Amino acid sequence: MSESTPLSALFGGALIGLGALLLLWVNGRIAGVSNLIGGLLFPAAADRAWRALFLGALVAVGAVASWLFPGAIGASRPSLVLLGVAGLLVGFGTRLGSGCTSGHGVCGVARLSRRSLAATAVFVATGIATATALRLLGVGA
Amino acid sequence: MKALRNASAAAAGLAFGVGLILSGMTRPSKVLAFLDVFGDWDPSLLFVMGGAVGVYAIGYRLRREKPIAADTYAVPSASKVDARLLLGAAVFGVGWGLSGYCPGPAVVSLGSGSLGVIVFLACVLAGMALTRLFDARLNSG
Repeated sequence: MSESTPLSALFGGALIGLGALLLLWVNGRIAGVSNLIGGLLFPAAADRAWRALFLGALVAVGAVASWLFPGAIGASRPSLVLLGVAGLLVGFGTRLGSGCTSGHGVCGVARLSRRSLAATAVFVATGIATATALRLLGVGA
Repeated sequence: MKALRNASAAAAGLAFGVGLILSGMTRPSKVLAFLDVFGDWDPSLLFVMGGAVGVYAIGYRLRREKPIAADTYAVPSASKVDARLLLGAAVFGVGWGLSGYCPGPAVVSLGSGSLGVIVFLACVLAGMALTRLFDARLNSG
């Protein structure tokens, strides 16, 4: 099963925080990935270049990592139907709730935003309930 | 100013993406093992969150009066926790618990080119478009 990896988790987390801070200090922007995607497409915000560059850098890192370190990027559940439904819920929910794990969970919680603290508590709770229910139903990870 | 903003967004995306990979967030099985708290629990994501929130919270408080390459901080100031926020967060959490993907790690995983993540992200975009339809109906109703 999944081994606990506290040190790399802490270090990786700090790097996530640093990347988000760079965007705040230089651009004055919140590093919220769902809002970056939304601002790029739905509706297109005026300044799209920086959003595209941030998202493009994420894809580039993923491409290099999957080439150098197979295993760094894991597969999700095998059912494409389940992944499609999950994607719909993530897209709809993050736009309705104005953020996801990065915008609310990292930036918002660190700013002690009431909205982000509430949103994070709720999505972690429903995430736990869903993952637990799927295990009980015998849907493998 | 614009060139600096674009360069910083790309650099921020690189750090953010490497952080997501190092912390294990691009392995859905690890994310699901965190969400499955009553099963074979992997607490690593708490450390990811701790590292990211800790770094960002300190940096947020140390921010200068103005961003280096922008006139103002585009940081949300709303504090009202409303039904829309809570419903959106709840729906997002279900999608997260189904797949182990939240938007950031999914965008990084797109670099691996796996079919599962392509289907997931295509449906995220569809879900985001649905939110617009939902809003249009609310506003017209």
